Amino acid sequence: MSFPWARQYEPKTGLTKFLDEKLPLPRFVYNAVGAGYPVPRNLNYMWNFGVLAGFFLVFQIVTGVVLAMHYAANAEVAFATTEHIMRDVNWGWLMRYAHANGASFFFIVVYIHIFRGFFYSSYKAPREMIWLLGVVIFLLMMATAFMGYVLPWGQMSFWGAKVITGLFGAIPLVGEPIQIWLLGGYAPDNAALNRFFSLHFLLPFVILGVVILHIWALHIPGSSNPTGVEVKQESDTVPFHPYYTAKDGFGLGIALLALFIMVFFLPNALGHADNYIEANPLSTPAHIVPEWYFYPFYAILRAFTMDFILPAKLWGVLAMFSAILMWFFLPWLDRSPVRSGHYRPLFRKFFWFGLIPTMAALFYLGGAPAEEPYVMLSQIFTAYYFLHFLVIIPIVSQIERPEPLPYSITEAVLGSDKKAVLGENTEPAV
Amino acid sequence: MIRIIAILVGLGFAAVALISFGFGAYTAATEEVAPHLPYEEPMDIDYSFDGPLGTWDIAQLQRGYKVYKEVCSACHGLKFVAMRNLSDLGYSEAQVKAEAATWQVPGIDPNTGEATMRPGVPTDYFPSPYPNAVAAAAANNNAIPPDLSLMTKARNNGTNYVASLLVGYQEPSAEFLAEFPEAAPGPGLYHNVYFPNRNLAMAPPLMNAGQVTYDDGTEATLPQMSQDVAAFLTWTAEPTLVKRKQTGWPVLIFLLFATVLAYLSKNQIWSALKPKQHRD
Repeated sequence: MSFPWARQYEPKTGLTKFLDEKLPLPRFVYNAVGAGYPVPRNLNYMWNFGVLAGFFLVFQIVTGVVLAMHYAANAEVAFATTEHIMRDVNWGWLMRYAHANGASFFFIVVYIHIFRGFFYSSYKAPREMIWLLGVVIFLLMMATAFMGYVLPWGQMSFWGAKVITGLFGAIPLVGEPIQIWLLGGYAPDNAALNRFFSLHFLLPFVILGVVILHIWALHIPGSSNPTGVEVKQESDTVPFHPYYTAKDGFGLGIALLALFIMVFFLPNALGHADNYIEANPLSTPAHIVPEWYFYPFYAILRAFTMDFILPAKLWGVLAMFSAILMWFFLPWLDRSPVRSGHYRPLFRKFFWFGLIPTMAALFYLGGAPAEEPYVMLSQIFTAYYFLHFLVIIPIVSQIERPEPLPYSITEAVLGSDKKAVLGENTEPAV
Repeated sequence: MIRIIAILVGLGFAAVALISFGFGAYTAATEEVAPHLPYEEPMDIDYSFDGPLGTWDIAQLQRGYKVYKEVCSACHGLKFVAMRNLSDLGYSEAQVKAEAATWQVPGIDPNTGEATMRPGVPTDYFPSPYPNAVAAAAANNNAIPPDLSLMTKARNNGTNYVASLLVGYQEPSAEFLAEFPEAAPGPGLYHNVYFPNRNLAMAPPLMNAGQVTYDDGTEATLPQMSQDVAAFLTWTAEPTLVKRKQTGWPVLIFLLFATVLAYLSKNQIWSALKPKQHRD
């Protein structure tokens, strides 16, 4: 579906005419991310992060496939082949540092993309399906990243795998058999390493498939925008190409600059020194922590320290999984007719002074040692995290009086007193 | 309905988290927590390879290699470093060959097939001083000396940590032991202020100045030897460190140029949408 004023693809050369008849791939691309996709003209830089996330997915697949050519998933040699990549493979160090830091950047852009969705309520009708697929992508990313971190077979790889699969052991009755089934043994070893490598190679392509569904679902209602007012007329939109391809190109430049500053000058800053020690089942590291992008959920896991009807560990596991799974229900919890946080005074206050400091604190606390005052702080912030999504958002959406919305996107951009000059004038200057 | 369930679930999780908090706060208020055994942060030492423009100090790496060869290699291996890599340290092909031959590596007797030792060649990796982990543990009071290839990357602030640890041996003061009795050195352990539990199984490897005679005439003081070997181990942990930094600059300059161009073209494309003001 598209807006009636969307530009139509017209093949001009013999080759494109031939293709359009036999396999209209150029037409498909034109309508998906070309001039045939009308996009609200008022998107701010927060709307760059979807394209960036897609870029980093491809970046990870390309660097990862090259690494897989030189890596051996065997507990005897995995650590040594990782060092072989770092030392003897031509530009292997660049590939590995790019892949490791690329994972961090993938999560950075996806977190910003998700929180853009929270602030502008991008999950609301008619875009529920886009949101649901997005949460699925995030869950798949977490599984993929977790298994990827196991592959170098360092100390954190091994003990991280042990702790995370140990979570399943908290499930009553069937927990332990499930844990053994997942690992292929009582502790992470060759069986676990092999299946994690296999799945780490497979899941990115599953993610790619869900990303295609995510974009397909996006093209049915079209992109949201910072006012949250739906597109009403041609002057509300501009063609994706060249307007947003140009803007995304600039955003991509900034993201690559940041990525390569890390890759070339601080390649290990986001990792853990312990992972340069080969996995040793007989020596437990002083602090076992996952990668930084799991910190908020690790803080929630560790916040439940008391047996209350259920064992503390089970509470932690339930809370950690619920912390993400509850996002699936968000479109039906937030009943406010207004989307954008710009026009929702109360919601906005809870977002900036509640959710954002809570996430920042949980990011910090998840990496802190499991001792006071860190545990007590993570308990307070965990409580707020659940209250925010499950209690505050439903109640605020009922009692809040939103501020007046602009009539249209054009009015929001140009002001109501100015004549809408667009419509006939969307030809770019070049 | 879904919102009522959500509110109940949300209140439930929040309540259990807050009960845990209350319990923890009560424990924290009523029970005394033993303070952590304090240890020193590594000294901040300047190295030639620090910073975005850092390069190796070849003379320092050669000195550090000599300290490793004459002191550390008695107990520690470098299993990820090959003799051929010594060419990075400014040695010629002939010198690398000669140097490799000074190491004895495990080999096989070509006549009998029995395990034997032979002089190294450039394709050999630095040998471990022990035939296996059991032998290493037996010779060292059950503490296996770790391989040093990656040591400076396997510790936070690793280069400074190694250099500090080697000069960090000292007897704990009586007041300190009175406050932290667990810091008293156990049997076969040595007190070191930079080690997290202050009790290190490694005997002080560098005892006195001049323990190693440097070929370039540098005075072999204790700090000099420890810093030289820390620099050498930084190279063994990441031989591509300097190449990485030197590759980074052209990449970043190219990206900066491309990003500025992308910004300017974005501005030009979007200028068509700017409302035409001051027109009438």
